[in-house]
Amino acid sequence: MGEPSPGGRFGSFGGRFVPEALVPACQDLERDFRAAWSNPRFRERYDDLLRDYAGRPSAMTECHNLSQELGVRILLKREDLNHTGSHKINNVIGQGLLTLEMGKQRLVAETGAGQHGVATATAAALFGLECVVYMGEVDMDRQELNVFRMRLLGTEVRPVRSGSRTLKDAVNEALRDWVATVESTHYCLGSVMGPHPFPWMVREFQAVIGREASEQCRRLLGTDPDYVVACVGGGSNAAGTFSGFVGTQAQLVGVEAAGGAALGPRGVPGVLHGMRSYLLQDEFGQIMEATSISAGLDYPGIGPEHAYLADLGRAQYGSATDEEVLDALQLLARTEGIIPALEPAHALAWLVKATRAGDVAPGSSVLLTMSGRGDKDAEHVMKLLGEGAL
Amino acid sequence: MRAVPVESSLRSARDRGRKLLVPYVTGGWREDWVVVLQAMAEAGADAIEVGLPFSDPMMDGPTIQEASMRALERGTTPASVLSELRSVEVPVPLLVMTYYNLVLRGGTKRFASELAGAGVRGAIVPDLPLEESGEWERDATSEGVETVLLAAPVTPDDRLAAICARSHGFVYGVNLMGVTGERENLAASSAVLAKRLKLVTDKPVIMGVGISGPEQAVAAAEHADGVVVGSALMRAALDGASPDQIGERVAIIRAALDGR
Repeated sequence: MGEPSPGGRFGSFGGRFVPEALVPACQDLERDFRAAWSNPRFRERYDDLLRDYAGRPSAMTECHNLSQELGVRILLKREDLNHTGSHKINNVIGQGLLTLEMGKQRLVAETGAGQHGVATATAAALFGLECVVYMGEVDMDRQELNVFRMRLLGTEVRPVRSGSRTLKDAVNEALRDWVATVESTHYCLGSVMGPHPFPWMVREFQAVIGREASEQCRRLLGTDPDYVVACVGGGSNAAGTFSGFVGTQAQLVGVEAAGGAALGPRGVPGVLHGMRSYLLQDEFGQIMEATSISAGLDYPGIGPEHAYLADLGRAQYGSATDEEVLDALQLLARTEGIIPALEPAHALAWLVKATRAGDVAPGSSVLLTMSGRGDKDAEHVMKLLGEGAL
Repeated sequence: MRAVPVESSLRSARDRGRKLLVPYVTGGWREDWVVVLQAMAEAGADAIEVGLPFSDPMMDGPTIQEASMRALERGTTPASVLSELRSVEVPVPLLVMTYYNLVLRGGTKRFASELAGAGVRGAIVPDLPLEESGEWERDATSEGVETVLLAAPVTPDDRLAAICARSHGFVYGVNLMGVTGERENLAASSAVLAKRLKLVTDKPVIMGVGISGPEQAVAAAEHADGVVVGSALMRAALDGASPDQIGERVAIIRAALDGR
């Protein structure tokens, strides 16, 4: 996947719809990222930290039991094995290093499930940066453990009580903070969304997933997979994964939460959080609240490059319901001994549905990005299933 | 109903030696909001900014957020605000302040013609910077709607000149780095920005964000042509002030700006 246009557009999506106060900061960030990303010393530091700190390359696991059950060959890209438990660490190491390059001393971030918040708090600790994470009050209840982890890492977690009190409101609050503090603060945005250059920059920091996976697939399969499947909230793990396969014959599939499917039938192009993309909104343009058991996918928009890939027909986007997700989570746990986070369980739920419906032909090879591990969700899932259910 | 154009009206008031006062009211936040608007006009406003409430007002602090929320909870829509404005007779220009998603929803052309149809002659869209505003500006201009652009303390000189050249109605100088809302003191960045703007434009320069009362209004207007006062009035309104009481507050700021 290439660079966006000079205005930050992927087709007609993306752009930079921010208050004037943030325009110079976005321009500086674009310039500094471009310089760093083409600087071999920066790349070397980034790669070293991914290897020695995050634990990359992440494993590729062939799921023999589940493959037999579903009649397709399933490979999992194990981002759940990274330090901090998800793919989010790839992005924050990149943005943390960049923050040092820019000479800023403070990070702000938004978080939904808490994975990006924990990752940012981790990077802040590692790089000696002050850190404030905004998190919706509803999500703080759902993800108590992650709130505690962030605090343990020395980060201040600020509850967001406006709007739906979830991820979208946390983004609003982080942007409001950034407007006031932009001269000393970097906004460490967690997904391939927001104003240019964030969608492009975050995809580049996550592209390591696709690069490794492509190589690992060729080693295991001798060729590229037939399908590449990943869950999508804003869409960072999917964008990183897809970037390794967009030039192959693989069918790319992004899976949204049914209650937050911006690329589903209810999504309409609009502008939110600095970008033009598909959004859940009413007939007047008011943003609607997404609803999902997964705090990480509880977002009414989607990254602009996904909107572009969908319009081009290069990727397809499906969804999974809460119920399907809980079933898929248990299936993977029982067949493979891997408890996924609720977010990648959406990708798995789509695969289960699609194989059973015959939409994915028997014998196909499928790469699925296991973007995070299920520890953070264990208590939530326990309540949802009911303690007597198992 | 006769709509008053923004820039010519503000220029002539300024050229008479008057400091400009632009109060803000959130459209539809309370049943009698139009009465509030009329009270503002009678108390000496030179133009009035009407907020079209948006679910995700990222440039706004807690006060305007609360007013927007209350408006949306009452079922307020852009169409309902504009329909109420159609019956308003005030002698000063009306502008809307809103976010781009509401402008885009039914198409920029339709939105512009709806504004014009309601007698609104100006628009302030804070999440639509210079680079992104072309499409809206074309449609707005063809409907006689003037698009006010915002300048920030961090805006570099060359950009500042470009913003002033493209802004219509007036140039909105944002006093400080931050979102709307009252502040204890007027930011030092206010005077610096006002002076920089006055050096590069003869369009009316109006400073806004964080002006809490008459003293701050006078200070902010010293190097500029006037001020926008929003959150301070809306805070009083949310706390239960009547239209007359809000009008009195506007009158106090008017008197201070007039040196009375």
